[in-house]
Parts: sequence; structure tokens; C-alpha cells
Amino acid sequence: MTDAPVVEVAVAEPSVPRPMFGAALQPTLAELSRPGRGGGKVAHPPADALDGVPASARRASPLALPELSEPEVVRHFVNLSHLNYSVDGGFYPLGSCTMKFNPKINEWAARLPGFAALHPLAPDELAQGTLELLYELQDALLAISGMSSVTLQPAAGAQGELTGILMIRAYHQARGDTARTEVIVPDTSHGTNPATASMAGFRTVTVPSAPDGGVDLDALRAVLGPQTAAVMLTNPSTLGLFERRIIELLDAVHGVGALAYMDGANMNAVLGRFRPGAAGFDVMHLNLHKTFSTPHGGGGPGAGPVACAAHLAAYLPSPLVVRDGDGGYRLERTGERPTSIGRVRAYQGNVGVLVRAYAYIRAHGASGLCEVSEDAVLAANYLRARIGEAYALPYGGPCKHEFVASDQPIRQATGVRTLDIAKRLIDYGFHPPTIYFPLIVDECLLIEPTETESVETIDTFAEAMLAIAREAHDHPELVTSAPTTAPVRRLDEATAARHPELRWRPMIGAETPCPT
Amino acid sequence: MDVPEGLRYTEDHEWVRTEAGEGVVGITAYAAEELGDIVFVDLPKVGTKLQAGTPFGAIESVKTASDLYAPMSGEVVAVNASLTEKPELVNSDPYGEGWMVRVRMDDAGALTALEDAVAYRVRVEAA
Repeated sequence: MTDAPVVEVAVAEPSVPRPMFGAALQPTLAELSRPGRGGGKVAHPPADALDGVPASARRASPLALPELSEPEVVRHFVNLSHLNYSVDGGFYPLGSCTMKFNPKINEWAARLPGFAALHPLAPDELAQGTLELLYELQDALLAISGMSSVTLQPAAGAQGELTGILMIRAYHQARGDTARTEVIVPDTSHGTNPATASMAGFRTVTVPSAPDGGVDLDALRAVLGPQTAAVMLTNPSTLGLFERRIIELLDAVHGVGALAYMDGANMNAVLGRFRPGAAGFDVMHLNLHKTFSTPHGGGGPGAGPVACAAHLAAYLPSPLVVRDGDGGYRLERTGERPTSIGRVRAYQGNVGVLVRAYAYIRAHGASGLCEVSEDAVLAANYLRARIGEAYALPYGGPCKHEFVASDQPIRQATGVRTLDIAKRLIDYGFHPPTIYFPLIVDECLLIEPTETESVETIDTFAEAMLAIAREAHDHPELVTSAPTTAPVRRLDEATAARHPELRWRPMIGAETPCPT
Repeated sequence: MDVPEGLRYTEDHEWVRTEAGEGVVGITAYAAEELGDIVFVDLPKVGTKLQAGTPFGAIESVKTASDLYAPMSGEVVAVNASLTEKPELVNSDPYGEGWMVRVRMDDAGALTALEDAVAYRVRVEAA
């Protein structure tokens, strides 16, 4: 929060003047626009610039762009940025998202001109530094995953999943094993897993969890068969639990000739403790933007490298970064690995993210990465124990890097729902945790403190959660009417989804954006 | 909790009402309440064959998206087109204007395997 005085904005009452500056909703650029106002002194194009464009291809009327001065534009965006809640500004326990602090040294590394200014089509001999970094990152990810080959191309976890499942499909097809049409997904997996299976042309079969939150092995065995192409396991799961029956599970999957995909989005919990390749998984992805700390609020960019065992290496996307006998680095040449499923992303993926992840891995080293996971698990278990005073904990402890709590007892006693609690946390200055996910727990909160928070921060958050639970009993209206301190109150999500207004239009009383 | 008598209820909170030998299907008031404001309902075309226990459509709320499961096997003979423009009918009138599909049932007798109002009410009130 900022100390600047917050001026209440009444959007419904246009007679109340809106503040021009500060941490409140600002007029839009279109509303601030004044005819003829401009920014930099860029030369106007010559009057005959459009003469070569046929009249039929020209706009009938000028583009209605807002007209503003440079300081107006800068203030507009700087003031908007003050409305942001970010991990640089406060605690962000958004479960499943691993909103850890992103060390600033990563930013320094990614901005080095040798990386940042390299043309993506530069020939290999001019890109040796970047290629060496990518090669070493491949090596580091292989050590961490216990796999034998890896591609850095996929732009995020979901694209990594699709890459991995397409590789599995190519593997079965290459063996003439074409009757495998199903992918099995436990109900504690990430929602992207069934979507991936569908996109790759498979039918998704969901298996329920056992009461302890792990996969129900009997239910899994009942649906495994010669029609099974793969099982996708999120481990640790979206409940923040490590799959305890992993050996039996993998034996059952491999026993019917299917392959095992591990969604490694939650590797932050097990770095240096668990190598999926060594356990027997065939292919997996890692979310570099989560586990290895690159900024990812707002949807990206991310990186979802896919690592696989030797029997799938032939199908990895191309080109990989390889090292020749003379010590030089290069990209695989076209046709060098003809069984590859092909490219899944232009160039080498989001290289800026890859540089940040490399910087993070090198800054921590092997022992530091082990400590990351230990501290992430410790923080989650500590917070879980504190919140358990007032919230239900549907699964027995201990948890991994995140945990599920439920508002169910509070709701039954007071009618206050999880959504209300999340909104009230905003008044306490926190980003709310993930709510109503995973779907298998009623009124749930998925809370992930990460390893980068101090015990004081975690305590303050726990006390806010407990205070809100007391408020729910004593002053429920405080909770059900929250947030009261944010620039906007509860947004009408239903109308926004049913009747989306995706384009700004001048409203009655507003300045028209541009002269005709 | 509104659980009308005379309807049959599924594990996944759909209801079926028998009308002139056909089955009318929707989701229960409990399900609508749990989902929150419904923003989109994806329904099958008339003529689609439904198979008991398998998804026949999807429903999306501000909170989540869920599959709709067929309470019985049969053929869709009508769908509630009003839900395209007004998905909120599922929230405001789940057993009436919020109905979803009308089905010519393969075996109307199979409905007796589903819960009646008493059993369903006991289950959701315990939840």
C-alpha cells in the first residue's frame, strides 16, 4: 500500500471529479486525449507518403488514436503501475503459481547485451556465448531431472506438456503401436493435463484420488490397458502432496506398455531430493519461471523445458543445442534427427527466461537448490500449522511446498465463503491465495508461501487469516463487503464474462478521443 | 435447499424430470449455488445420443468450468436455446427456465437407480 492519500472514486457518479494522480483509478488515455497534443518531435511524413497506396487500401477516416504529451503518458503508466500488486511489493501466496522473489541478479544477466542484443538468426559462430549458456542449462536441467535429453524450446508448462505427449505419441507410432488412444489423468492434476491430452488427439480418462490425496491405485489399474498411451502425473500434486505410491504406480503403467509423463511444475518442492528420471518417469517438463525464479505474473513469458529418458530422445523437438568434438557449440542442422516431432517454438524459446533460470541455478549451486526446496516445504508446513487453528486441513500433514485449507467450518457456522475471505485479505494488504482450486476440495484455499519469505511475513499473514476467521464470526459484514481499501470493490465478473466489452468507446460526458 | 419432490438426482448434481415419457435434465439449485454465477452453458445438438454417466456438455461459471453428465442414455430431442443468451437462468430458476436438454430415453426405468429427493437432500445437507 502507499501513503499517498487515496481519493475515493465513484465511477457511477460522474459529477465527482476523478483524481488526476496517485494510487486510484485514472482516466483512460482516450479520456485524457486533446486534439493536436503530441509527444516527441518526430518529423511528419511527406504529404505524398500515401500516394503509392491504392485508394481502396487506405482508411476512410483517420485512426482514432489518443493524442497526449510525453509526461501525460509517463504519469498515466507510472500511476497505473502503483495499482499493481507484485511480489516486489508484498507477500503473494498464490498456490500453484510459485510466486517467489525473483533475484535482481537474474535481470542483470538477462540484460547483458551479448544475450539481449543477439539476433535470433545469428549464425552459430557469432552466438557461441548464448549457445554455451543454453548447453550448460540443458546439462543442469538433466542433472536436476535425472533424465537423459532435454529441449529448452517450449514457452511454458502447458506447451511443455503438449510437447511431451506428442513425443509419446511419436514413440508409440514408431513402434507400430497405434491402438493406444487414451491418456489417464488423476483428478489432482493440473487442469492443463487433460487439455493437453485432448489437443494431442487422445481421449482423457480421469482417475480419482484415494482418501490420503494420492492416486487411487486400484482405480488406476482398472482403467490401464493396451489402449493406454500414457499417464500424466502432477507430482507433487495440486494438493501439495508427494505421490507416495510412485513405484507401484510406475510399474503398473509400464506393465501395460504405456509411458509415464510427469508434470514437474511443482519441482520447487523436491529439488535435489527427487529426480523423476531416476524414479522411472519417461518424460517431464519443468517450469523455469516458477522453480527457477523468473517474473511470471500476468501470464508470461515463461519457459517449459521438456526432459526425457533415452528411449524418447529421438523425438525431442529440434534443433537442440549440441557440442561438437572441437568444443564448439551449434544448433542441430535441418534433418540431422529425422524422427524429431519438429519445432514447437520459434528460435530457441524464450531465451531471456532461460538466461534468468541459468543465473538462478548457478547462483544457488546444487546445495543451494536443495535448501530452496527445504525452505519452501518448511514455510508451507509452518503456515499450514498456524492456519489450522481456524481453517480445516482436509489432508493429513505434512505437506510439500503448498497446502490446501478449507473455509468449510467457517462457512457452515457463519455463511462466509472462501471468496469473501480472499477479498478481505486484500484489505489486510496481501495478495489472496488461489481459491476454489483444486476442484476436489470444497471452499478451498491453495496456499504457497515459497522459500523467499521471512518467518515474520508468514506470521503476519497467518494472523490476518486468523483475524478474518474471527471477523467472520463477530462482524461477518466486514468480510462479505470486502475489499474496502482497494481502488475498486467487487467487480461484476458475471456480467464481464457474459457481455464482455473489449473495446473502449467514448461514454456520455467523456471527452471524445480524436477529431475527425 | 430447494430439492423438489418427484425428480431424480445424479451423483454429479443433475436432475431429471419425466414429462410425457421424456426426460428433462438440468442441474440442481445446490450445484448452481456452488458454481456461482453461470456465464456459459455448452449444450449438445438435437439428435445427439447421450450415454448415461458420460459428459454431454459443459457449464462455466465465474469460479470454474465443469462437465455436465448424462443421467441416462437416450437421444436429445430439444435443448434450451435461451441459455445461450441468458445463462443466468440456471442460477435464477434451476428447475424451471434453467432446464438444459430434453431426452427421449432408451429406458425410462433406469431412472429408478438414481436418487430421489429425500436421498439427495440428505446427501447435500451433509456436504
